[in-house]
This record gives sequence, C-alpha cells and structure tokens, in this order.
Amino acid sequence: MGNEPITKVSIIVSKGSLEGVYPGLIMANGARAEGMEANLFFTFFGLDAIHKKRHEHIKVATVGNPGLHLATWLGGIPGMSSVMTHYMENQIEKLDIPSIPEFIEMIADTGAGLYACKASVDLFRLTKDDFIDQVHDIITVGEFYEKAAGGQIIFT
Amino acid sequence: MTTTMVAGHAVELNDEGFFLDPDRWTDDMAPELAKHEGIDELTEKHWQVIHFMRKEYAAKGTGPTVRVLGKTSGVCVKELYELFPKGPAKTAAKIAGIPKPRGCI
Repeated sequence: MGNEPITKVSIIVSKGSLEGVYPGLIMANGARAEGMEANLFFTFFGLDAIHKKRHEHIKVATVGNPGLHLATWLGGIPGMSSVMTHYMENQIEKLDIPSIPEFIEMIADTGAGLYACKASVDLFRLTKDDFIDQVHDIITVGEFYEKAAGGQIIFT
Repeated sequence: MTTTMVAGHAVELNDEGFFLDPDRWTDDMAPELAKHEGIDELTEKHWQVIHFMRKEYAAKGTGPTVRVLGKTSGVCVKELYELFPKGPAKTAAKIAGIPKPRGCI
C-alpha cells in the first residue's frame, strides 16, 4: 500500500449530541470539497440529526462530558444543556459554521448520500416521513457495506 | 514544484497543481487549466466563479471555501458541484491560478 489518495468515504454518525453530530458532518462536507464520494449513515441517536422535529434541537451533553470542564452536578441542573448549547451555537455562528439543519441541507446539495439505519429506525418506531426530505433511504447494515465498498469507513 | 507551459506561458505550479505566483495568471490560461481538470468547456457560470475566486483572493489573501462560494458568489452549492464535480473551491482555485483555499467548512 502506497499513499494513494482517498476517493470515497462512508461516515457513520451514531451520537445525537451537538459534539457528536458536527464532526461527521464536517468530514462528509470536507470529503466532497476534496472531490471524494461521500455517504453519511445515521444510526441510533445520530438519527436525531435528520429527524424533522429534532434536528433543530440538537444539544450539547452537559452530563458525563469531562471535556466541558463543568462539575457533573452543575451539568445536571435543569436548563444547563440549553444554556451551554446556546453558547456553543453562538460561537459556531461567529465562525460562520452553519447550523445542523442548514449544514445537512448543504451536504445533500454537494451530492453526498444521506441514509438512515434500518435497525435504529425500527427500534425507535420511526418511518421515512419522520426524516427530512434529503434522506435518500432507510437501509440495512448489509446495504451500507455495499454502498461503502471500495472506500474508507469512518465511525463517529 | 514544476514549471509548466500553459497557453504559451511558462508558469510554476506546486505539487498539487496550484499556481505559486497568482500574478502570473491570465484569462487565456483558464481554458487549458480547466481541460486538465476534466472540464472541456468553460461556461459563463464557470467564469463567474473563476472571477469571484480571483476577487476574493485579491481582497483576503485566501480563496473562498465551498460554503462561502455558495453564499456569496451567486452560484448555489448544488450548481457549483455540477460545474466543478471534483470539488468546486479546489478546482476553481486551480483554474483561477490561486492557492488552494484553506478552511474546514
């Protein structure tokens, strides 16, 4: 194996927190910007990022998140997650990084594929109607591997 | 770094094919640079993006990312990818003779 350029990536988004969703989106968008083929596969709580009613309300995890440098008991105070999310969203906007709904719409416009994981969709009793229109399909893990063939798989 | 002939002019390109000296670029080089990127014919929309890249680089010292292009060049993200399938900001920067835009989004 030499240093052949990456030509295709399949990125799995498995978390439903703000810090869990953004990295996968940035990687998918960046892959398309480099001219790579890119697919996004949303599974488990990551499905919130493409859920019509929830994708505007993705929050920062303030409990069990040592990176936030906030005491756990403080992170558990009602409303703390909203306050921290609001703060983070402000910082993100200052850097001209799009909000999650806007970012996902943009990524779909770049030609990346957006897919929901069937097992998670069944688990949460969701249907295709629960998702934003940009979602191409609900697919099984086997179908995901078929789509990922010949490229790199990134789990976030 | 390599020295290449583009439309009859000798220009220096880096390993990725970006101009080392954007001042050496002239309009007549664009069609040949575009062909090298797999774009056979530059349409009016291509030129709109190329000129926007030049303008942004002259003003800010760095080329715009796809997000900035989509918001401010007058060409939407979807169309940008139709015009430059191998990455709009990267490809347009090469054709416009400016360095590769740096930016994560």
